[in-house]
Amino acid sequence: MDSRVIVITSGKGGVGKTTTTANLSVGLAKAGFRVVAIDADIGLRNLDLIMGLENRVVYNFIDIIEGNCRLQQALVRDKRVENLFLLPAAQTRTKDAVSPEQMVTLCEELRKEFDFVLIDCPAGIEGGFRNAVIGADEALVVTTPEVSAVRDADRIIGMLESMNKSPIRLIINRVRPNMVKEGEMLDVDDVLDVLAVKLIGVIPDDDSVIKSANSGEPLTFGSKSPASQAFSNIASRLVGVDVPLMDLNANEQSGFFAGLKKIFRI
Amino acid sequence: MDFLKRFFSRNSSKDTAKKRLKLVLIHDRTDISPEILEKLREDIIKVINKYMEIDTSNIEMDLDRENGSVALVANIPILKVKRIKQERD
Repeated sequence: MDSRVIVITSGKGGVGKTTTTANLSVGLAKAGFRVVAIDADIGLRNLDLIMGLENRVVYNFIDIIEGNCRLQQALVRDKRVENLFLLPAAQTRTKDAVSPEQMVTLCEELRKEFDFVLIDCPAGIEGGFRNAVIGADEALVVTTPEVSAVRDADRIIGMLESMNKSPIRLIINRVRPNMVKEGEMLDVDDVLDVLAVKLIGVIPDDDSVIKSANSGEPLTFGSKSPASQAFSNIASRLVGVDVPLMDLNANEQSGFFAGLKKIFRI
Repeated sequence: MDFLKRFFSRNSSKDTAKKRLKLVLIHDRTDISPEILEKLREDIIKVINKYMEIDTSNIEMDLDRENGSVALVANIPILKVKRIKQERD
């Protein structure tokens, strides 16, 4: 199989890029692919923490670029699943420490070793964004159903198109079915109508995401939560498996009958 | 009560959100300011109104982006085509 380099990006910060990168990396590795997750957020490193690998980081990708270590030395192997590696960002450097050319070279090196190279992009549209995106073939844009996140996603999609990334696919994160039902939150169709881009998955707002971040255990390792299921589905769709979108109302605990149930404590 | 409220007022906050987003994105994508766009809209209505009666309250104007280029797409419901007497030169 040809190696695929995919950047996970969003424009706006705090919409779930790192969580998405961690969960998709684990999901793909569990499906038997050789996966490396790169943290491209130099100076604000977090993917190591979300993946629970922070104590095992020795070198980072600036060390490779500057020749302080070999590629293999900087890769942190995840012991919980075969074939999953993390390439951490440098924490004490700034984004100027890498040039676009160096980033392309690094991606090409990793291509030789892995089926999937997933790049966790920093927020913003400056140099850090360009560096994270330049070596990638395709892009996943993460947004939430909020006006600010959707607007930023639109800007990013425009930039990715002009950089000829293809396909560019959208992940809508933190959807709250109750609010959607009441007409107080943009639904999937609204977001797609505004952004005109292909959808690859919808993730319900789910407390389990925060709990998994607390423990450094990505959900796709085995959680049965709705968000975990949604991330696994996206991992499957990435490799061409046709999984229908989840019914976000399935787990709902509100509405008339749920209200009755609560009253009678059934 | 909530259900009654919803029944009588159709204006939920997501509709406002969508409307505002669409407008601001037109601006973002083209650098055309909302005021100019509003003027353009009025002018288009004026011109079309010369030839046909249109439903001005249901006009949708949108910018579609495809393969790097942007297109102005307008959806203008026609109520009636006016019969225009051909002017003699």
